[in-house]
Amino acid sequence: MKSNFKSWPVIVVLTLVSLPLLIMFTFQLVDTFTNPIPGSIWPESFTVEHWRFLWEEPELGRSSIWVVTWNTFVFAATTAVAVTTISLTAAYALSRLNFPARRFFLGGLIILHAFPTITLIIAIFLILQFLGLYNSLIGVILVKSALELPFGIWIMKGFYDTVPWEIEMAGVQDGASRFTVWWKLVLPQVQPGLSALLIFSFLSGWSEFVLPLVLAPGNEAQVLSTYLSALILDDTKPDFNLFKSVGMFYAIPVIAIYLIFQKKLMNIYGGGSKG
Amino acid sequence: MRIELKNFTKTFGELTVIDRLNLTVESGEMIALLGPSGCGKSTTLFTICGIHRMNGGSLHFGDRDVSDLPSQKRNVGVVFQNYALYPHMSIRDNIAFPLKVQKEDAATIARKVDEIAELVHIPELLERKPAQLSGGQQQRVALARALVRKPDVLLLDEPLANLDAKLRLEMRSEIRRIQLETGITAILVTHDQIEAMSMCDRIALMKGGKIVQLDKPDEMYANPADQFVAGFLGNPPISFVDASVVGDTFVLGAGEIAVSANLMGRVPSQLQLGVRPEYFGPQFGSGVAGKITFVETQGRENLYDVTLQNGTVIRSIQPSGQSFALGDQVSWGIDTDNVLAFSANGDRI
Repeated sequence: MKSNFKSWPVIVVLTLVSLPLLIMFTFQLVDTFTNPIPGSIWPESFTVEHWRFLWEEPELGRSSIWVVTWNTFVFAATTAVAVTTISLTAAYALSRLNFPARRFFLGGLIILHAFPTITLIIAIFLILQFLGLYNSLIGVILVKSALELPFGIWIMKGFYDTVPWEIEMAGVQDGASRFTVWWKLVLPQVQPGLSALLIFSFLSGWSEFVLPLVLAPGNEAQVLSTYLSALILDDTKPDFNLFKSVGMFYAIPVIAIYLIFQKKLMNIYGGGSKG
Repeated sequence: MRIELKNFTKTFGELTVIDRLNLTVESGEMIALLGPSGCGKSTTLFTICGIHRMNGGSLHFGDRDVSDLPSQKRNVGVVFQNYALYPHMSIRDNIAFPLKVQKEDAATIARKVDEIAELVHIPELLERKPAQLSGGQQQRVALARALVRKPDVLLLDEPLANLDAKLRLEMRSEIRRIQLETGITAILVTHDQIEAMSMCDRIALMKGGKIVQLDKPDEMYANPADQFVAGFLGNPPISFVDASVVGDTFVLGAGEIAVSANLMGRVPSQLQLGVRPEYFGPQFGSGVAGKITFVETQGRENLYDVTLQNGTVIRSIQPSGQSFALGDQVSWGIDTDNVLAFSANGDRI
């Protein structure tokens, strides 16, 4: 591809800016497999002992990493599916149907999207406790989904808005019910938004920290972010290389998903246009 | 199938867009709803197919009262201005969609799709996607999809507006051919008088939510009901000239012409004359003097604007190869038998 400006200055600038991050990540990776001499930054010997948490029995008071990983996966996946399904239907209604107080709901979406959710945490805590969902994975899933919804609905509404209404009218004229029209004719048009939202809300659930920390601090509902935080807070036997290894383990799925789906994720910021 | 719209009224909020409109389309007939934008022609079309609900009146297809039926049960085929093909489906699936919704079996669907593709001349395109088709081909697909389940009525909403000039000419005759071959009752919505005149059996000319005149194209052209109809039909358009009657002559800004026998004695002293370009020129004698202020070459013909002394412009269309040039002073005649006379408020006299 020929471009109207030289690409190497851009590459140099981008490399310089991302260099600190790259160095940090490199050393994190290196440190998880090596033992450095104290006081030196260069590694001395190769070892896999920092990854022993993957196969050894957990220490007393700690959950097994696999249980925690499973919890995290269930939390992220359920949240993603819930957010996506509800956004798909709610956004269609907001984009297409003329129902009472439509403008109010649209305005409410924007406000909720901009609202600092952390200020709600005490109220949510009380509600969950009242409902008996405190310290359970279901409770956190419900809260996380609800907080993620305004963003999801807003994004999906943008995608629906780009679908020409004539397509729906043509479907209705062809004899299809409104539901068939939505399912067979409209959904395929917003499919890029659907996949992007699904991945995005999965990642958002995967990296969620505050909600599980406050609303489900017990061992049964522990997720990787809270596991990691518990690890560093445990100052009786600080093990930074273990911390780094768990951190690496935690980040691997995110990196993998980004590498595989980066094109689909870009859709969300492209406002639904194909780029 | 006969379509009968009786006392149809449509309001949007406080605004009455269409007030008690009556229209009957005979079985097998193709009729045009023609008019400037905002005249209610699309509203009428969308009411017939069920997208809009009626606020008053009734709609019958044959003997069947469909006034309150939802779109799905009306059996109407619609071709939209932007064709509204389903972009994720192949052409075959696009055309088959109405049949699949009716749960016909696969063999029947395949046979019907092949038949209709043959009719609209697209059998080689069936496996492509809509984005791989040209505008004219998409138009044919849209027609095929609208016709495949043998609807009672075919509705066309500005079907040619998105095509370039050459394709428009081609599709004009193609749509008419397909309509005649299937014998379907069709309604065409357009703002282009040439489309309406060339494709349809009758034209309903609309203005402000009312049908001003409903007639055969040539009849409407020769005998417009009022000044609006006269001005809307005809390309290049008719020229209107203020005139007064003195004895048995019309006195124009710069010249006079005889009052024709059919108007004699019926005209008020002040009126407007409508002169079509083909009835003004040297072949009709002389008497109306002016200066050629604009010449438009159209190949077979030339179009001249002749400005009279009082500033009125009369257009004339002449076979090309004549020696008139911009700026020439001319004195041409008007074919008095074909002059249209209108009263001050626009009514035909």
